[in-house]
Amino acid sequence: MKKAISHVGKLSLNAIEEVGYAFMLLVESLEWFFLGKFRNQSVRLAHIFHEAMSIGVKAVPIASILCFSVGMMLALQGLETLKPYGAQSQVVTGIAVSVTREFSALIIGIIVAGRSGSAITARIGTMKESQEIDALRVIGINPVRYLAAPILIAMMLVLPLLTVIGDFLGMLGGAVYTSFELNMTVATYMNRSFEVLSINDVAQGVSKSIVFAIIIVLVSVSNGFKVTGGSEGVGRSTTRSVVLSISYIIVADMIFTFFLTR
Amino acid sequence: MNTAAQVENNLPHQVAPDVVIDVKNLVTHYDDKLILDDINFTVNKGEIMVIMGGSGSGKSTLLRFLLGLNTPTSGTVSLLGKDITQMSAQEMYEMRKQMGVAFQGGALFGSMTVAENTQLPLREHTRLDENTMRIMSRMKLEVVNLAGFEDLMPAQLSGGMIKRAALARAIIMDPKLLFFDEPSAGLDPVVAAELDELILRLRDAMNMSIVVVTHELDSAFKIADRITVLDRGKILMCGTVDEVRNSGNERIHNLLNRKPRQDAVDVDEYMGRLTGRNIKGSLPD
Repeated sequence: MKKAISHVGKLSLNAIEEVGYAFMLLVESLEWFFLGKFRNQSVRLAHIFHEAMSIGVKAVPIASILCFSVGMMLALQGLETLKPYGAQSQVVTGIAVSVTREFSALIIGIIVAGRSGSAITARIGTMKESQEIDALRVIGINPVRYLAAPILIAMMLVLPLLTVIGDFLGMLGGAVYTSFELNMTVATYMNRSFEVLSINDVAQGVSKSIVFAIIIVLVSVSNGFKVTGGSEGVGRSTTRSVVLSISYIIVADMIFTFFLTR
Repeated sequence: MNTAAQVENNLPHQVAPDVVIDVKNLVTHYDDKLILDDINFTVNKGEIMVIMGGSGSGKSTLLRFLLGLNTPTSGTVSLLGKDITQMSAQEMYEMRKQMGVAFQGGALFGSMTVAENTQLPLREHTRLDENTMRIMSRMKLEVVNLAGFEDLMPAQLSGGMIKRAALARAIIMDPKLLFFDEPSAGLDPVVAAELDELILRLRDAMNMSIVVVTHELDSAFKIADRITVLDRGKILMCGTVDEVRNSGNERIHNLLNRKPRQDAVDVDEYMGRLTGRNIKGSLPD
């Protein structure tokens, strides 16, 4: 019993320490981004661009396919569910609102957490194990400025853009299926979608994606910096990073949605 | 100069004007475990100081404190007359421009070519144009006999080439202090001897003060002006090569003659380790 309580206590302390570390990482990254140039140690735009390419542009194909599929799936389920009530035409509104407010940001967040979050943890963890992080420090390069800050800024720029692309492709997926079922053209479907959507719907998804971006970066970078135990440790941290990122994204999404629908 | 006699007799520490590294009463812990115990030594300008000791003696840990990567429990580490344990981040940033470090495994950045690795300190600390940086990195790669390899990635290099590339990166800013962790480890004797020659050439040509951490006796005796011998986190001796060779200290003698350490066995402790209980029968914490 004593051991169990001690174990729970240790876990709680570790959790608090991790949250504190992640928060400091966020503050320090933003501090370097905004104040770095005054210390002659600015966050390089080239690094941000490089990260944005790796996180965003290269994720466009897979993100597009998945959002298109989710849109089509929603159309399928929606038409089937609304059929008994004769309200199939309402599927346009349902898909437009649910994709822009919810699904696009969530799907993109999960894809990027799995694809880029794991890569970030593995890269930083490997660098730590091979003393590259120490090498940065002795050269006089702050690892947070050099590694974390560009990833954070790139992620905060790219995830909203991917979400907007996901919005469009999700609706397009719904349009392609619905156009066959309801005898309407894809263009008509899309026009009706844009009519029913308000800027607030898109803003909800985009603002969620910024929160998801911060979660992915903080979890993946902090897990990378804390790697110990060689290649096995890198693997363990990478798995942990992906699982935690996706879990936090889903919980954050639930909390976000709760407050936005009040 | 801080002599072996001063260390052994714990005499007051007098800093000569040409002292570039001055470690005083350095004590470090890992959790509750004492790792380094009252470390005192100095390194003079233009001197090669070898920190020698067996595995687990604390020499690599000591290097981390000399580099300012860790903060000690107590004591001071002064580089070029300034105590780095009390420095602000900005002061440390300025200090690092005068330090070069070659890590044991090279610690080259895997996503960069050899040239990009060597140019990184210049890119971060200077406003030189690309051509000048390219020429400077080629000059340093020439010094370490890596001319023509600038476009290769670290994964394409042999062990010796990685160490030489790391050395080129360490000296690109012409630092006053150079730290080299285990230069000979994992290399064949010929390549290791080449690296030793290179370290001596660097000291002579650039008047650098060099700290080398190693457990290779041949290499240590060849390059050292003075040797600090560490054992179980304590300095056994700090002296010239001849003083170390002729030391009457049994543990130094064992280290030089590659005799394995044979500690007396504490029966109670041994039984405790086997059974997971201490001798009074209660479980250890």
